[in-house]
Amino acid sequence: MFKQRIIALLVIVAAVGIGYFVYQTESSNSNYNFKLGLDLNGGSHLVYQADVSEVAAGDIASSMEALRNVIERRVNLFGVSEPIVQTESAGLIAGKTIAQKLIVELPGVANIDKAIEMIGKTPLLEFKLVQEGPPAAGTTTPTLTLIPTGLTGRLLKRAALEFGQNIGEPQVLINFTDEGKELFAQITKNNVGRVLGIFLDGEPLSLPVVREEIRDGSAVISGAFTPAEAKLLVRDLNYGALPVPIKLLSTQKIGASLGADAVKAGVKAGEIAFIVIAIFLILWYRLPGTVAIVALAIYVVLNLAIFKLIPVTLTAAGIAGFILSVGMAVDANILIFERLKEELRRGRTLQDAIHEGFTRAWTSIRDSNLSSIITAVILFWLASTSVIKGFALVFGIGVLTSMLTAITVSRTLLLALGVKKENKITRFLFSCGI
Amino acid sequence: MFIVNNRKIFYLISAVLVGASIVALAIWGLNLSIDFKGGAIAEISYPDGKPTVAEIEKNLEKLNLGEHSIRPVGENGYLLRTRELAETERASLLKALTFDDAQKIIEERFDSIGPLLGKEAVRKSLFSIILVIICIVLFITFAFRKVSEPVASWKYGLITVLALVHDVLIPAGVFAVLGHFKGVEVDTLFVTALLVVLGFSVHDTIVVFDRVRENLKINRETRAKKSFEQIVGESISQTFVRSINTSLTTVLVLIVLLFVGAVSTKLFSLALIIGIIAGTYSSIFIGSTLLVTAEKFQQKN
Repeated sequence: MFKQRIIALLVIVAAVGIGYFVYQTESSNSNYNFKLGLDLNGGSHLVYQADVSEVAAGDIASSMEALRNVIERRVNLFGVSEPIVQTESAGLIAGKTIAQKLIVELPGVANIDKAIEMIGKTPLLEFKLVQEGPPAAGTTTPTLTLIPTGLTGRLLKRAALEFGQNIGEPQVLINFTDEGKELFAQITKNNVGRVLGIFLDGEPLSLPVVREEIRDGSAVISGAFTPAEAKLLVRDLNYGALPVPIKLLSTQKIGASLGADAVKAGVKAGEIAFIVIAIFLILWYRLPGTVAIVALAIYVVLNLAIFKLIPVTLTAAGIAGFILSVGMAVDANILIFERLKEELRRGRTLQDAIHEGFTRAWTSIRDSNLSSIITAVILFWLASTSVIKGFALVFGIGVLTSMLTAITVSRTLLLALGVKKENKITRFLFSCGI
Repeated sequence: MFIVNNRKIFYLISAVLVGASIVALAIWGLNLSIDFKGGAIAEISYPDGKPTVAEIEKNLEKLNLGEHSIRPVGENGYLLRTRELAETERASLLKALTFDDAQKIIEERFDSIGPLLGKEAVRKSLFSIILVIICIVLFITFAFRKVSEPVASWKYGLITVLALVHDVLIPAGVFAVLGHFKGVEVDTLFVTALLVVLGFSVHDTIVVFDRVRENLKINRETRAKKSFEQIVGESISQTFVRSINTSLTTVLVLIVLLFVGAVSTKLFSLALIIGIIAGTYSSIFIGSTLLVTAEKFQQKN
């Protein structure tokens, strides 16, 4: 008995400590503030499709990584705070149509329009061989076929602005990375006398003829630039020559006020839901019900602390998932208390009935929670939006912690009460029903 | 024993509900949101008082938006639905809505989803529903593997599937009706709600099955020689209160969420409430009674 009470005391002290941590880290500028998703904080969510059809299968991962870096650099340049840029490769389920996706999340509201515009504008630099074929029937102009060489902006080290020696026209000097240097040398070696076109976003910038093998890994783009255009191109190439072309699949933009309303509504719903459950538990399950309320309060602070520590990005659906899990967390308690009542009816002593209640209800609790965990895992894995992923994570964490609090915590507390006397009052307190 | 004895009435109630849902789904179908079919939604508000729909329409004419709709929301807002819009089109749309900067507007929300992403969402949704059902059946079959007398454990699994299909069809049917008469749309969050219903509805089914498992064991040990029908009936009445109460607490929170919670999760809560009530009904009145029917069927053959 004494030992049980010490453990119960420790549990409550720990819970108060966790609660204090949750409260304290919310009021200051701490690193452990709740992380709110875009739908609550405002911001933009963009999904791009990356066209990797011309990239060798083995290079897809590295070009997607390069794409991610380039876009991240671009977004950072615009001073958006804490942007998220991530790639996602769809498995078999998504089908072949969208194999590679790039997801950009821009929190906050300032400057976002410009940032989005800039991501879309980022140029794609490609080197393609231009081959003249025989003229098509009835015409005299030769048909042109473009052969991709695999040399793209991905292999660009840096670009610089130059002015030509003769007439002082602006030129863009390109330096390739080591890999690009080798490839460029090989291409120029094999194609002396042919046209190696330089294309920006599919448009030819210049169509120089290869005169000799170029080994030093540098090339010059000269075309009809004004100095200002050349300068812009240099900046774009340095900060974002895209390794693969991208296409915008979806845009979601949420204003800050809508999100703030959702947070307020979510918090209010959570508070009312807790009170409703507490009233139900006291009316129906009396003393054990009161213990369950304490366990449920511990469940709430424990979860909030986990959300802060992982950290879990909370969305409106995530908050709904958490409130839903509060309703489900008492399920285990209900199973146990109903069993306890049944054991009392069979004439067991109070202590025995408590033990039996917990032991016998365990298999149902385990099996039924496992089915929720299965759902949460599949939801998380197959989530088509970050909203659903957020929900699945919160829901899954909730189910796991509820097994801990509803069983271990409430048993510890119930045993620590140490009700041994068997009389009308204790019988009443431990039975249930209205 | 009341439930087991009158099981045919309960089967009938379920059959009528499921039948009506299938009919509603077949005639009207679900009103899919842009999550699934692609398109754009813009929610804007005019803090200094809003213009009329006709005035806005006039401004939108030059934009070539195709088929679109404008619906008032709240005091000063409008919800505009169009086809998918590119970033540049969004900018010109906003400009048109401000009457070329004459009116102040707040862009509360803008969603544009391409048809490719919509198709992916449809595929993922269907796949996840099927996968959840399969996993749950395998799990039930595994959990009840030691119970083979008199009804084989895979039949527990099969009956669970029937109950699960029942639990998913009813909210889907209700949303087909709501979609037709109230313009309610189903989005990816609705699918999430269905998946949660699947996971949850198994809870109650497991509680009853678990009790049947225990009572069968006691019956064997004490050589009481009760009939299977009687054991199932007793198990249902022993677990009746807890099945109702576990669902009740969840439904209570969901009702709070429906009325007080964020706007974006209201329909989600509604779908969950309908699904969980259907799920509780099926696990008490359909799932366990089907065990008895399965056993009777075995004896006949």
